[in-house]
Amino acid sequence: MTSQLATSTKISWCPGCPNNQILVAFRKAVTELCEVGALKEENIVAAAGIGCHAKILDYLNMNTFNALHGRAIPAIEGIKAANDALTVVAFSGDGDSYSEGLSHLIHAAQRNSDINVFIHDNQIFALTTGQATATSPKGFKGLTRPSGSIEEPIDPLRMMMNAGATFVARAYAGEYEKTKEIMKAAIAHKGMSFIDIAQPCITFFDTRDFYKEHIVWLPEDHDTTNLDAAYHATKRDDGKIPMGIFYRADRPTFEQQL
Amino acid sequence: MDTVKQNIPVFTVAVVGAAGDGIKEGGLHLAELAQHIGCSVYLTMEYPSLIRGGHNFGRMTYGAREVHADHSALDAIIAMNSESVLLHLEELKEGAVVFVDAPHAEALKELSCKVVALPMMAAVKGAGAPHAAGPSVGVGAYCYLVGRSREEAEAMLGEVFGDILGGVAMNVSLAMRGYDAAKESGLMPKSELTVNGGCVHTGELLEGNKSVALGFLSAGLEFYIGYPMTPASGILHFLAKEAVTTDLTVIHPEDEIAAINMALGVAYAGKRVATGTATGGFALMQEAFSFAGVTEMPLAVAVSQRQGPATGAATRTSQGDLRFVVSAGHGEFPRIVIAPGDAAEAYTAARTALNLAWKFQTPAIVLLDKQLSESYQTTIVEKGAKVVTPHKPQTEGEYLRFRFADDGVSPLAFPGTSNAKVKATSYEHDEFGVASDKPEMVQAMQEKRWKKMEGIRADSRTCETVKVYGDSSAKDAVVFFGSTKGPMLEACKMIETPLRLVQILWMEPFPEEEVMKALDGVARIIDVEANHNGQLAGLLREKTGIVCHEKILKFNARPFDPAVLAAELRNKLSLS
Repeated sequence: MTSQLATSTKISWCPGCPNNQILVAFRKAVTELCEVGALKEENIVAAAGIGCHAKILDYLNMNTFNALHGRAIPAIEGIKAANDALTVVAFSGDGDSYSEGLSHLIHAAQRNSDINVFIHDNQIFALTTGQATATSPKGFKGLTRPSGSIEEPIDPLRMMMNAGATFVARAYAGEYEKTKEIMKAAIAHKGMSFIDIAQPCITFFDTRDFYKEHIVWLPEDHDTTNLDAAYHATKRDDGKIPMGIFYRADRPTFEQQL
Repeated sequence: MDTVKQNIPVFTVAVVGAAGDGIKEGGLHLAELAQHIGCSVYLTMEYPSLIRGGHNFGRMTYGAREVHADHSALDAIIAMNSESVLLHLEELKEGAVVFVDAPHAEALKELSCKVVALPMMAAVKGAGAPHAAGPSVGVGAYCYLVGRSREEAEAMLGEVFGDILGGVAMNVSLAMRGYDAAKESGLMPKSELTVNGGCVHTGELLEGNKSVALGFLSAGLEFYIGYPMTPASGILHFLAKEAVTTDLTVIHPEDEIAAINMALGVAYAGKRVATGTATGGFALMQEAFSFAGVTEMPLAVAVSQRQGPATGAATRTSQGDLRFVVSAGHGEFPRIVIAPGDAAEAYTAARTALNLAWKFQTPAIVLLDKQLSESYQTTIVEKGAKVVTPHKPQTEGEYLRFRFADDGVSPLAFPGTSNAKVKATSYEHDEFGVASDKPEMVQAMQEKRWKKMEGIRADSRTCETVKVYGDSSAKDAVVFFGSTKGPMLEACKMIETPLRLVQILWMEPFPEEEVMKALDGVARIIDVEANHNGQLAGLLREKTGIVCHEKILKFNARPFDPAVLAAELRNKLSLS
């Protein structure tokens, strides 16, 4: 089934790039949802902005919308508003939606638009060969500040909870089965679904070893309905990086109220 | 072609005061009154960018023949304070009457003209009416001035006042206080100001923005997405109200960039959509406008000019963005730009823009300016059934969103269609819609898109791309565009020399042949536009080689005044 969603376009990500795993996770998520009749392939629109993440669209044999840098989110909000039968997913990057198009991300959460936003968070502008983004750690040495960045990184999960997103999760591209399951849950959720996918850039900022050592998955009994608990669960004192679905809430969507 | 009627007088009244004094409502009530008795009316609103204080005025010119613009020479003024009157002193005609709120009359006692004190705010307070109902008292006094009987005035105003500012009955009663006060002051009615429906204007009082909105709706508009910015907000506000009771969807998102990108998503999903903004907001939309070009997205945009650069004179008019809009968006791609000159043309332009955007799958702009967007004029709009030009549908075989075609127009399918993968991409792409920067593909796609221009040109010939007024064989010609049409047609009535008036409506594709035909045989061309650089003259020269011999340029963020323009034209015409 997966092959039906592939195009003949040759993949141009670096060999071994975790973006490949995000692609596989998404194809599998869609295939499985279609198999059980939860989705129809022609009713999916996959969108992206500009950056390495966006190449994913050329490898997806489905409806796609490759927006401008930072503008995939308003585009899919428009698509969803125009046709509520469609399921819309925007792939975006930390450069694409935490730096360039941040306001759209926040406002989409504020209005609880029934869209899915999957961020390929590699903590770097990779396609432009290595500059700091809004999630690069302080001190990161990029082309635009060779002596190290002087800005603290933003915290996307807490930011999205504050903004009103009704589905907030973090996944790791390297564990694509888990990523796939979170994607499926996000797509099934009615309202603004947000997944920050840690995606090491193996060429310009290789964090694979860091993540292997620091990932911890949320316990099964984590209460996803408690915003306060979800907020605090995103960070740990021991420096480990919690992964999983932190928060879920039912709220009327923007499109339902239009 | 208009036959310019001479010697039919027009009359002008201004309602003046501070922001919050109900100047707009007062001006509109006067305009509605004049329209009610069958006059042609033009009402301009001038206001600074603030909510309270400052100097606002609504100036209304009416008469028993077509009125294309308001005049500055005032027959009467209704003033909420004395300072506002002093700002208009030079505009008062001999014998003009000044109605002023009573406490301010003392400050005007040195004026040579007739000053009539009216108990405006006293009446408002006594009636418990909203502050902004003050001008209603002046409207009643004006009815007395023009010689209407008390009964006539009461009946007419009952039909003119709407359910605002405390309601119809309250405002009629306020107006009658003004009527009585004017009579008791000993003021003699001036019968010459009475116009008994000489031209029996059957149209409606329309502002350019509303006209654009109606034009879009007539072409099947389903979505309007916009962020408020003067002078384009009127389109958004009107459509937002329409959306309450119709299938139309209106969204006001976080900024202009979101607005146009959302609109692109709506178009991609198959719904007819427009966005609109001022030229400053359109500057923010540039990248996405270019996106509409590369993705061949059907998108209509209403762009209203105000005086720049930057925030500029935020609530004032300008024609300084013609060149910006004609070349908007980076990269080269076909677009349509239509610049209507009045409310009726604005309706047609909006309808054409949305329809041609869908027919040719490319962005189309209606270029407005503050003077057109926010002025009201009696307008006859031929509102028939909706005219929704179909798009080229998907046919059999494999679906290729960007399939090469002789006319450059590919079949259009939307997501949700089985067996069609619908691709849109900001990157240059192949026929399927996958990114490609191969030289032969880049060139082929560019050629494909530009093939549409032939079809667009052919369709433009069924539209009024150029209009000629006045004496079409005159040796002296004037070229102009947009709202300058109004003062130009008014000014022409004050000039003895035969003039060929050439209005250019289509800016892209530029109607070269039509313009050359319109200007055939002229000895002298005078360019009239509201900007510093003579942008239309530049475009005309670039496209046709025709050089304007003289220019009358105005860039003080105010529209042309007919009498002043006439004087400048006479001056230019006297040059040999």
